[in-house]
Amino acid sequence: MIGNPVTTRSEFAQNALGRTVPTMVNNKPQVPYLGVGQFRPHGKKAGPPLRSSSAYPENGDKRVADLETALRNAGLADGMVISSHHHLRDGDRVALLALEAAARLGAKDLTWFPSASFPSQKGAIELMESGVIDHIEGSLNGPLGDYCTQGKMRGMGVLRSHGGRWQAIQDGEVHIDIAIIAAPTADAFGNADGSHGKSACGSLGFALADSMYADRVIVVTDTLVPFPCIPWQIQGNNVDFVVAVDSIGDPAKIVSGTTEITRSPDRLRIAEWVARFLRESGIMRNGFSFQAGAGGIALAFVDYLRRFMKEDGVKARFVRGGSTRYLVELLQEGLTDYILDGQTFDLDGVKSIASDPRHVATSPFTSYNYHGKGNFASMVDAVVLGATEVDLQFNANVVTHSDGRLLHGIGGWQNCLAAGCTILALPSFRDRIPVIVNEVTTLTGPGELIDVVVTERGIAINPRRQDLLDRMKGSGLPIRPIEDIKKEVERICGGEPARPKRSRHPVAIVKWVDGTVLDTVWQVG
Amino acid sequence: MSSSNASVAIHAAEAGRWGEEIRSDLHVAIEPRDRGGLEITLESRVSPYYGDSILRQTRQVLEALGVKHARVAMHDEGALPFVIAARLETAARRSGVAVRGQALPEKTSLPAPSPRDRLRRSRLYLPGAEPKYFINAGLHAPDAIILDLEDSVHPSEKDAARVLVRNALRAVDFARCERMVRVNPLPLAMEDLSAVIPEAPDLVLLPKTEKPDQVREADRAIGELKAHHGLDRPVWLMPILESPLGIENAFAIATASANVVGLTIGLEDYTAELGVVKTAEGQESLYARARLVNVAKAAGIQAIDSVFADVADLEGLRRWAERSRALGFEGMGCIHPSQIPVVHEAFAPSQSEIEKALKIVAAFEEAERRGLGVVSLGSKMIDPPVVERARKLVARAKQTAEA
Repeated sequence: MIGNPVTTRSEFAQNALGRTVPTMVNNKPQVPYLGVGQFRPHGKKAGPPLRSSSAYPENGDKRVADLETALRNAGLADGMVISSHHHLRDGDRVALLALEAAARLGAKDLTWFPSASFPSQKGAIELMESGVIDHIEGSLNGPLGDYCTQGKMRGMGVLRSHGGRWQAIQDGEVHIDIAIIAAPTADAFGNADGSHGKSACGSLGFALADSMYADRVIVVTDTLVPFPCIPWQIQGNNVDFVVAVDSIGDPAKIVSGTTEITRSPDRLRIAEWVARFLRESGIMRNGFSFQAGAGGIALAFVDYLRRFMKEDGVKARFVRGGSTRYLVELLQEGLTDYILDGQTFDLDGVKSIASDPRHVATSPFTSYNYHGKGNFASMVDAVVLGATEVDLQFNANVVTHSDGRLLHGIGGWQNCLAAGCTILALPSFRDRIPVIVNEVTTLTGPGELIDVVVTERGIAINPRRQDLLDRMKGSGLPIRPIEDIKKEVERICGGEPARPKRSRHPVAIVKWVDGTVLDTVWQVG
Repeated sequence: MSSSNASVAIHAAEAGRWGEEIRSDLHVAIEPRDRGGLEITLESRVSPYYGDSILRQTRQVLEALGVKHARVAMHDEGALPFVIAARLETAARRSGVAVRGQALPEKTSLPAPSPRDRLRRSRLYLPGAEPKYFINAGLHAPDAIILDLEDSVHPSEKDAARVLVRNALRAVDFARCERMVRVNPLPLAMEDLSAVIPEAPDLVLLPKTEKPDQVREADRAIGELKAHHGLDRPVWLMPILESPLGIENAFAIATASANVVGLTIGLEDYTAELGVVKTAEGQESLYARARLVNVAKAAGIQAIDSVFADVADLEGLRRWAERSRALGFEGMGCIHPSQIPVVHEAFAPSQSEIEKALKIVAAFEEAERRGLGVVSLGSKMIDPPVVERARKLVARAKQTAEA
């Protein structure tokens, strides 16, 4: 095993929720989590170097022959931070192509800073083994997650929410040397769009900060159009080089042909209860807003809510994507005025965002960035989220399995907790493993922001939300103390689960939306 | 392999399933040996949480079965304790190494005995060899669950299903559901009954019943088992008529035992024997179903319809169930939880029916109070059978509201 020279020097502190967190990570000092809204940033935003148009072709043609040329021209050097976005999801080819090109140019000790990583990018492991990549800052799951959790990565993983990534770039916490932006359509000037082209993925919002703050920006496309590329989600005025390739990814894995509602009766029951909760609590009313992801329960929830909205003659002002067919249908049926989309999950979503002006591509700046003058996540009335664990204080874990192995990225999950009513929709146990625990393995969201937990065995309302408890009095829904549901599940599962042993070696940290350190992921196995 | 027990051939055996697609089950391979004690290996995705618990339970179960020396290899897919016990017991019995009978899981509290005429609008079939559906079945609130040992269980898995269903009756909380078991036809039914009756099912479904003697034989066996195990609560019977002969003998079957509380029909076998195609309209089985309803009423028991096989077609189910109620049936089978609310709605009296019935009952009571011989509502005179029907409907509406 490769040693971990950085973390062995780590010192630890207890943060405001009693979690043990390192005070130095990858040679950068860290602020332990101080509580919701307690950390106040100061100073000025970071910015890229000033450039002159005289350094760029007057005819606007910034094309270079290939990625290697682009990287060389961008001044690739050892230790640089290379960023990429994940709008192409598991179908992305560009990030690995770029990192492999960097390897051929002899680069070492790079930090790869994706907005999220996917299983198909497991080739990054070889690049870490050979020393091209030092560490990854971004979500880690599948093989990359295992590599990190097993302590094999040299530097420490840093997990951030989508909003936290914007915040980190904007605050200068992470400086991107070279941004690689895969673009389904682009012109030679670097204007780029995600909603058209053979590899269309919808929004390109996750790449926006990279385009604005990186020293050098490389746009990679497989559909080059004559200037102007409209809409220019990414502005060519921020772009240094354009590379045309045959294919930026596998369209079948970029968006699913169709997103499917869960067929599990238990999950459908959860979804129906969430929708009924919104209806009976009065949150579902004219002009309201909500957000739900693309998981099976969330999709089924949207389907139930749509039925109730029609029955009650209620219309939403906006719904927040991840968009899917189900949200698009709401828009088409006039049940919402707008879809504010962060990412686009299926073909119907892509088609809609490309053709309907009421389906709007947004970025983490407008939706999630905590170090701004507000963001619209806190204006959403209700959000429905998943989690792997939730504890008796309503703290939740979304990044690791209960045994501490990295499972998935934070995504927008932390940012969404700002909504008026945050609902976790979860089966009460999975494969005999209870979801409600005494203390979550990895703290990802503070319980004070989590209002309701809906399981197939009952609904627990956070005692901090007396208003919701009052509003649900007399409801036909099974509102129960969270402790009750926990006990029932433990009776079924054969007692309280044992707590897996955890090591003393940190392998990654979980950042809060303000850049402070919320928790530590420890080495497993 | 040598054997320490001359009368039973001892050999390696296995039970349960594992693999990518399998959930909530456990595969056990037992290799008996002469000495060396127990050597247990466990692979499980829940090892960090329940690994010790599974190993402890394994030792307890094997001790209860009298297994002293064996290699035991387990692949667990998140099985709950009652499933683990069942799979271990089945493997040990199959290997011939279990010298004692049973290893029963912890008992959940037994629900109250089931009233003879309780509401039986819906009964959800649960394949007896598939443990993953058991635990949440009660949440979907059918009036009954059926733990099936018959058609959903492959002949080679009958022994495993019997143990699993027995453990489920004992350990799983099925909420307010009536707990039914569908046994195999005689003579296999005898083994099924020996296994499940000690765990007090509320009702036994007797498939492919054609003659009253079959009911009497099962009833006698249940009576003896109840006496033997000191079980003092009813185990009702519901024969399933699945052939033209069964339909012809329906009244004799319905009255074969005082424990028969309902008759139901199996349309797959019936239409096959009739040589006709089973349709979503059910025209081809109209005679059989109408006759079954008539017989049931004549015998003073419930008439329960078959199942609707197309899970995706809830509209078709609704139409079927509404027609079924119009024929006089009081409930039907469900093969997916999504069918339950549709069936409940279809078999519930409508609001206007209830209101009308309440008015009739009130008019009758008013007439009685005033000593009038004739009951009238508005300008209409009401016959005694109309009053009787209205009373039944009100009673049923009350039952439904309480369910």
